[in-house]
Amino acid sequence: MKWHIDVHQPIYPQLLRQIERRILAGEYQPGEKLKSVRDLAEEAGVNPNTMQRAMRDLEQSGLVHARRTLGRFVTEDTALIAKNRHKLAEKTMQTFLIQMKEMGFSSEQAIDQLRLFIQDREQPSDGGEEKSLEGENHE
Amino acid sequence: MSEILNCRGLTKRYSGKLALDHLDLSLESGRVVGLLGPNGSGKTTLLKIAAGLLTPTSGSLLIDGKEPGKATKAAVSYLPDRQAVAPEMRVAALIQKFSDFFTDFDAGQAETLLKDMAIDLNLRMKEMSKGMADKVQIVLAMSRKARLYLLDEPIGGVDPAARERILKTIIANYNPEATVVIATHLITDVEPVLDDIVFLKDGQAVLHQDAETLREKYDESVDERFKEVFSC
Repeated sequence: MKWHIDVHQPIYPQLLRQIERRILAGEYQPGEKLKSVRDLAEEAGVNPNTMQRAMRDLEQSGLVHARRTLGRFVTEDTALIAKNRHKLAEKTMQTFLIQMKEMGFSSEQAIDQLRLFIQDREQPSDGGEEKSLEGENHE
Repeated sequence: MSEILNCRGLTKRYSGKLALDHLDLSLESGRVVGLLGPNGSGKTTLLKIAAGLLTPTSGSLLIDGKEPGKATKAAVSYLPDRQAVAPEMRVAALIQKFSDFFTDFDAGQAETLLKDMAIDLNLRMKEMSKGMADKVQIVLAMSRKARLYLLDEPIGGVDPAARERILKTIIANYNPEATVVIATHLITDVEPVLDDIVFLKDGQAVLHQDAETLREKYDESVDERFKEVFSC
């Protein structure tokens, strides 16, 4: 996953969200040691204090914990990771259903549309550009 | 948080023209500050006074409670907007000169950073492109363990890839208890690395705010805010 910073919005929640996604997706594994705040800030091209703020929030949520002098680690609590992943998935599905409803699709129709869309995507019929469902999730 | 820089009624007049007009400003330690303003707003004058290269016409500027002088120069790393090193000098000789001159200079760090940027230590300054020479100067400035870094247009006149590299070098190398002041008009590029924003207009600080607070409050980027403040 690449860092994506939009300077039109506060940066700290963006960092928080992106690190959380990396943990939920397993890019940062349970129990893995995270890079230092300064290294992560350098990687993302952001201010170290802003990265620090995101880390503090992640510690409060329990996804990350600090071990004195050793640094910060991803939680080993895989149930907590699963719970957060489930919560985020629920939020994403809710957004999808609300937006489909606004366009006049019932929940059943929305599911049919999604199924059709996935089938189309999985058929490598033409070499046309593949559209991605994953994009920025504006909340 | 302790205060590292304080200006009270700071005024600088050049033969009739006011460069700084009763400027009041207080900067805390441990922050990356964007000193933003159009050309002629007083950015360079302010940095030069803080670096001890100019004296104010009236008012005061104190660094850690002291007037700029021998004591403060040891704590301040200043990067001028124009190349300030002899064009004949080789990079290795410059590193030696900095080591002799500044007790807080880390020659090993400077060499490592320059090697990472693939800059040959045997090159003379005049043999380099502008971007390369800028990188050398920023590495020299950031390899001091200063308490206050004053960087005047550190990314002016280099390509976007070099800008990113220079900004990352700044983030990765400043001493966390120190304050870094970046004076620039290239707001979009520096925006993500700033803690605080100072808008300088006609020699006065018209805005001084935390960058995140500014984005929350106005729901727009610092660059957009800047254009609104200065669009008259």
